Amino acid sequence: MIAAAAFYVFSAIMLAAATMVVTARNPVHSVLFLILAFFNAAALFLLAGAEFLAMILVIVYVGAVAVLFLFVVMMLDINFVQFREGFQRYAPIGATVGAVLLIELTMVLTGWRFLPEAPQWRSAPIPANISNTAALAEQLYTHNILLFQLAGLLLLVAMIGAIVLTLRERRMPRRQIIRVQLEREVRDTLEILQVPIFAGTDEIGIRMRKAISEDRGEAAHEGAESPMLAASHAQSETEGH
Amino acid sequence: MAAFFQTPLGELVRIVLQTLAILVPLLLAVAYATWAERKVLAAIQLRKGPNVVGAFGLLQPFADALKMLMKETIIPAGANRVLFLLAPIVSLTLALMAWAVVPVNDGWAVANINVGILYLFAISSLGVYGIIIAGWASNSKYAFLGALRSAAQMVSYEVAIGFVIVTVLLCAGSLNLNDIVLAQKHIWFCVPLLPMFVIFFISGLAETNRSPFDLPEGESEIVAGFFVEYSALAFALFFLGEYANMLLMSAMTTILFLGGWLPPLNIAPFTWLPGPLWFILKLFACLFVFFWARATFPRYRYDQLMRLGWKVFLPASLGWLVLTAAVLLATGWAPHGA
Repeated sequence: MIAAAAFYVFSAIMLAAATMVVTARNPVHSVLFLILAFFNAAALFLLAGAEFLAMILVIVYVGAVAVLFLFVVMMLDINFVQFREGFQRYAPIGATVGAVLLIELTMVLTGWRFLPEAPQWRSAPIPANISNTAALAEQLYTHNILLFQLAGLLLLVAMIGAIVLTLRERRMPRRQIIRVQLEREVRDTLEILQVPIFAGTDEIGIRMRKAISEDRGEAAHEGAESPMLAASHAQSETEGH
Repeated sequence: MAAFFQTPLGELVRIVLQTLAILVPLLLAVAYATWAERKVLAAIQLRKGPNVVGAFGLLQPFADALKMLMKETIIPAGANRVLFLLAPIVSLTLALMAWAVVPVNDGWAVANINVGILYLFAISSLGVYGIIIAGWASNSKYAFLGALRSAAQMVSYEVAIGFVIVTVLLCAGSLNLNDIVLAQKHIWFCVPLLPMFVIFFISGLAETNRSPFDLPEGESEIVAGFFVEYSALAFALFFLGEYANMLLMSAMTTILFLGGWLPPLNIAPFTWLPGPLWFILKLFACLFVFFWARATFPRYRYDQLMRLGWKVFLPASLGWLVLTAAVLLATGWAPHGA
């Protein structure tokens, strides 16, 4: 009883959402209603006991495809007045296409006959002891592997087609090539030199303490210190004066 | 009492009680995750962190929550009101919904469903809607840019996460989270699948928009990104959603790679701690790495982020998936479960 009620609730919401997809004025709202419709379809799958399909529907359609839809639709700059301008002119063509489709669908539906065994198959789709996912995998990968692979190949071709159509060689002014950066080593860019300390200071008029003390005839007792220390001494001395 | 829980009304009461049993500790954990993050960051940066409200600043999360509640909710004039308010609700609800299937101990999940891992994956991939709707409904350039960044980022890293999950599933032979944990009885999956563990964790950082992949917020470039127009309670919901998502990612890492509630070794000193405590310990360890990463790494540039996702993680995870499948097939270690 609860399952039946849930079925009708989900179906009703799904149909309402689907209607809103085509009637909503704002395309972003349309996509959001589409997502709502997907969710309800997933719920219907759950009610039918196909939990794997339900989750895949949410992951693939809601989690990835609809995000990209939303992404694109949000960035479109549509002028809605212009959008509706040609409505009356194109209405007859649209009506004709719709009518043809309706007639075709009616013909298909009325001419459709189920195999006599079909209801039997439907009533026991899965052996009781294995899960829905395993049963589906068995069908796809064991019994229909060729069809599965062909479908995959078709998608691959479509993907390559999309890439070929949209790929443009762009000359980027500063393109980062990570490999080149990683292969750089210190010695390629930086050279460490041993520069003699105080070399050439006399020429530019700076006389260091060592030179001054030598002039005064004092013993050069800093001789043992490292050049860096001597330099810092010299600096502090000059600051002190 | 047991008979009462068999009746339809009793079942309803049971479900409500179970939901509360997971949601109340979860929300407390979220509140204290904010406190812990501030404390950890402070310790790493040689500061004190929150230390005024309560002992060790322990009441800080509640003070913050009260402050948020008291503030005015500002809705920008050009915003789409319904979607603007819906976005933070979606964000937090999704982050909380996922916890329905997380097993804290053997069989301790509100819903122990067959396709638990797919459910988790589906819910975590929906998290992008809260952000993208918020960015669009705010009618602000910065918010919109943040939303676009986030959408591209989350879709990219989901692919790598998907392959990592498939690899784990190959080793576990089940989509049920309980069975995945039990399959790690002998060895946690983080040992044989170490590269995937690393990829999963880094992708988790990107999926939750955490530093160093927090470009959707990018306060130095786009102010605060997608939630720049949000204030008061709506902002708080986003904030809680982000932390709940971090906890969820940590829980997923724990379940998929760190053996869930299982102790490291099945011998005396380790088995003294009960399973749920192990689960929580591991979860907090993962959470700590989230904070640690934030304090350590500078933000990625956007093209580097995309490169890492599509050109490094995707081929690497796909390659490792094929390798795992080949090894399992060649050695006959593949689990034959349903």
